[in-house]
Amino acid sequence: MSDENAPEQKVKFYQKGTYTVGNRLVNVRQRSVQASMDRSNSLTCGHRACQGCGEALGARYAIDAAMRATNNQLIAINATGCLEVFTTPYPETSWQIPWMHSLFGNAAAVAAGVAAAMRVKGLKQVRTIAQGGDGGTMDIGFGCLSGMFERNDDVLYICYDNEAYMNTGVQRSSATPVAARTATTPAMGANPGNSFNSGKNLPLIAMAHNIPYVATASVAALHDLEAKVTRAMSLHGARYLHIHVPCPLGWGSAPHDTIQVARLAIKSGLFPLIEAEHGMVTATVPIRQPVPVTDYLKLQKRFAHLLRGGEENARKLAAIQTIADNNIKRFNLVRKEAPRV
Amino acid sequence: MYKPFAITLDVGSSLVNHTGSWRTERPVFVHRLPPCNAACPAGENIQGWLYHAEEGNYHLAWQEIMKENPLPAIMGRCCYHSCERACNRTRLDETVGIHAVERFLGDQAIQHGWSVTKAPPAHCGKVLIVGSGPAGLSAAYHLLRLGHEVEIREAAAKPGGLLRYGIPRYRLPRKVLDAEIDRIIQMGAVLRLSTPVTDLLEVIREGNFQATFVALGAQKSRWVDLPNDGSIPISDAIQMLRSLEDEIAPSRLQGKRVAVYGGGNVAVDAARSAIRLGAAEVTILYRRSREKMPAHSFEVKEAVEEAVQLKCLRTVEGIQQGQLVLEERVLTDGNEPLPTGRREFMAADLLILALGQEVDTDCCLAELPEINLLAGNLQVDATMMTGRDGLYAGGDMVPSERNITVAVGHGKLAARHIDARLRGTTYTPPATAKPATFERLNTWYFADAPSTHQPVLSLIRRQSGFEEVLGDLDESNALFEARRCLSCGNCFECDNCYGACPDNAIAKLGPGRGFAIKYDYCKGCGLCIAECPCGAIEAVPEEI
Ligand SMILES: Cc1cc2nc3c(=O)[nH]c(=O)nc-3n(C[C@H](O)[C@H](O)[C@H](O)COP(=O)(O)OP(=O)(O)OC[C@H]3O[C@@H](n4cnc5c(N)ncnc54)[C@H](O)[C@@H]3O)c2cc1C
Ligand SMILES: Cc1ncc(C[n+]2csc(CCOP(=O)(O)OP(=O)(O)O)c2C)c(N)n1
Ligand code: SF4
Ligand code: SF4
Ligand SMILES: [Mg+2]
Repeated sequence: MSDENAPEQKVKFYQKGTYTVGNRLVNVRQRSVQASMDRSNSLTCGHRACQGCGEALGARYAIDAAMRATNNQLIAINATGCLEVFTTPYPETSWQIPWMHSLFGNAAAVAAGVAAAMRVKGLKQVRTIAQGGDGGTMDIGFGCLSGMFERNDDVLYICYDNEAYMNTGVQRSSATPVAARTATTPAMGANPGNSFNSGKNLPLIAMAHNIPYVATASVAALHDLEAKVTRAMSLHGARYLHIHVPCPLGWGSAPHDTIQVARLAIKSGLFPLIEAEHGMVTATVPIRQPVPVTDYLKLQKRFAHLLRGGEENARKLAAIQTIADNNIKRFNLVRKEAPRV
Repeated sequence: MYKPFAITLDVGSSLVNHTGSWRTERPVFVHRLPPCNAACPAGENIQGWLYHAEEGNYHLAWQEIMKENPLPAIMGRCCYHSCERACNRTRLDETVGIHAVERFLGDQAIQHGWSVTKAPPAHCGKVLIVGSGPAGLSAAYHLLRLGHEVEIREAAAKPGGLLRYGIPRYRLPRKVLDAEIDRIIQMGAVLRLSTPVTDLLEVIREGNFQATFVALGAQKSRWVDLPNDGSIPISDAIQMLRSLEDEIAPSRLQGKRVAVYGGGNVAVDAARSAIRLGAAEVTILYRRSREKMPAHSFEVKEAVEEAVQLKCLRTVEGIQQGQLVLEERVLTDGNEPLPTGRREFMAADLLILALGQEVDTDCCLAELPEINLLAGNLQVDATMMTGRDGLYAGGDMVPSERNITVAVGHGKLAARHIDARLRGTTYTPPATAKPATFERLNTWYFADAPSTHQPVLSLIRRQSGFEEVLGDLDESNALFEARRCLSCGNCFECDNCYGACPDNAIAKLGPGRGFAIKYDYCKGCGLCIAECPCGAIEAVPEEI
């Protein structure tokens, strides 16, 4: 029923398992890379990430998909951060691909160099990925990244956004959401947590570089994530993928809730799933079963102070709801259409 | 090996680092009992056969049903499907249309002539079965599969019990009934029709039977004593429905005003049959309120669509000069109907009593000293054996909810105990798993998919003949319906755990073989448990 050569199934299928990782009832080609027995497991067992680490999960999802898309011809350059530290405590490595680490802030520049080297050596089929956390990408590595975009170097840069500097103990970054408690924005005083009107939106900044491809993805939307990696690898030039990866330690969420938390970020509108080419939005993923932002916030201790009642908190919650509502408006996220995730 | 400056150790894989030691709870795969399976009186593995049907593997699905129930085409039509009331999907949108898929599979089997291969008779016993209703047929079938010889004695001219002489053909076409009974007989049962058993012990002795299963049903209609001047003929529902088996004169009740007294399914069947026989007016009289009618509401609804009238809170007090004397009742606060003394007259040409049936206590068993007929029901133990050693019973004549599926379940259970007895062993039913409750599911992974409903025959044709009312699902609908199953409590290989583990600690073993957890690396985060759509993984505390 589900052999490799069967025609693409157009039927609106899936009462059962529609959104699951695999589905024995659809063609092998239409199942996710993660469903296949021969996925490359680019990031294998024995790494030292926390229980339920969203970054470890997101990295395997993304790199396995890139391996499939490039026929396993892939080199990854890693910025300093959890992903680097928990995978490569000397002399062990969890990477089953060529992988290199240089510094915290220079992954984009190193990757641009690797891509140039491959070109010079005539290894056109070997593709380059750079990856790092939100701190390494959006703050300290931002100059190198913007340069890589602006030069249109042939690199896919993947940012694993866990919304703070996790590896050094949860310090605030420019990706930390408003009101969130971190080690440097404690839940104390008149304005507990991260201040309002701070931070930046890197996917939109990347789009402003008019590069060939920019997208956001989430560990709670595997099929969408894989489709975006695949699309990115089908293009050349500078590409940017921003993946939302919950961090149980830094967010104060239960390890078993990692995917649920990421899912609620999508369902509440706080993390829109979008895709853009050459600066223009080409697709967004409509929300299935929308929820209020509190559904998302209440699973995370970093927002606990917000949920203790009082007028001030109500005002702040309303402000966060407005952020979500604006995302929904901006990208038309609640609409009548069969959603992909 | 050449080592760069300041590098002293060889690079190796993190596989040497057994992160499983971090774990305080381990995920384990479990099998839970889905509510549908738990609710099926015949003990079908519904989820199991839906699994095959989902793949379009109808033959395998049918074989899975046939392990427990030899009458899927009949069941798919007439079973009151308690499975569907229990189905977890009801909490999402609508129940999975289990009966419609079962019917589709049963009909496929008839269409393609699928048959069951009899198990090789390792040890052959010889068993007598009295009565060819669903209980007797089921016992015969299961005994045949277990390698025994069976002989069925049936008083009526045709087999099937109330399947034939009760359930009207607009709900169960006779070609379906005949096909499913034939299939059992083809397996090697000896069927002796028009052979009422009167002296049971004599029959057993003569035939050298080593065990006996009796399933005589409960076919004696209850009557009431009414002051009656003889101006309106009285019949009972069983008698009326039975008469339909032999000849259907479409105009038998042409222009007649028919009153049916009783509020159960049998009353509804009698009323709907009267409509089909040309009656001008058909009224169901019932002593309680409509909500209290024991008939299934969907059957009452269909009857009303066909122009059957309901007069609830009425008792029949007598018959005078071509009129029924009715007494009105009112509901008290406690919802109990109380007589008001107010009389009402209703003209009628025929009164059909449908006040319930009893076991015929004058039957062939009454003489046996060990037999216990408590309150008109034959008492049996947990193995379906009566007080007399080697004599088993089931179906309507033993205390139970009287329906065809319970009867099939009894026949099966008795067969398994009889088999054990004849082999000198004991039969222990398999332990039941803990329930697969709705709360254990992660329903995010199931897309909305409202049920497909079976086509319904046009009203005109329903009112003028005995053609089947509910139509078939076509193949694509049956497939759709099967795929709506959530696989409650049991892995259906969606690969979610394999995908969701951040530690890559779940190994996929390949189609049909499920998954293995690599406990050397599992940190016990519980993501696989949370993301399993069907609740088939559980956390078990580690000994620390
Ligand atoms: C009108 C009507 C409609 C119904 N509709 C449904 C329905 O839609 N769904 C449902 O689940 N249930 C329905 N029922 C109930 C269901 O038919 C019974 O619960 C079921 O048939 C009981 O099966 P049984 O094998 O115990 O007995 P029966 O079906 O009554 O069969 C008993 C058999 O034993 C034979 N017999 C009796 N005495 C002797 C003897 N001395 N020697 C030889 N043979 C003998 C009889 O002739 C008969 O064939 C309905 C019942 C009626 C009356
Ligand atoms: C130049 C420099 N400054 C500081 C550090 C210390 N440092 C290592 S990782 C890290 C935080 C990484 O945060 P992020 O990039 O968000 O990745 P995460 O660990 O959250 O995945 C910091 C501050 C460093 N390695 N180099
Ligand atoms: S969804 Fe499937 S397994 Fe669950 S109760 Fe319904 S039919 Fe049974
Ligand atoms: S997801 Fe992986 S690490 Fe977490 S409990 Fe399951 S097998 Fe263990
Ligand atoms: Mg970070």
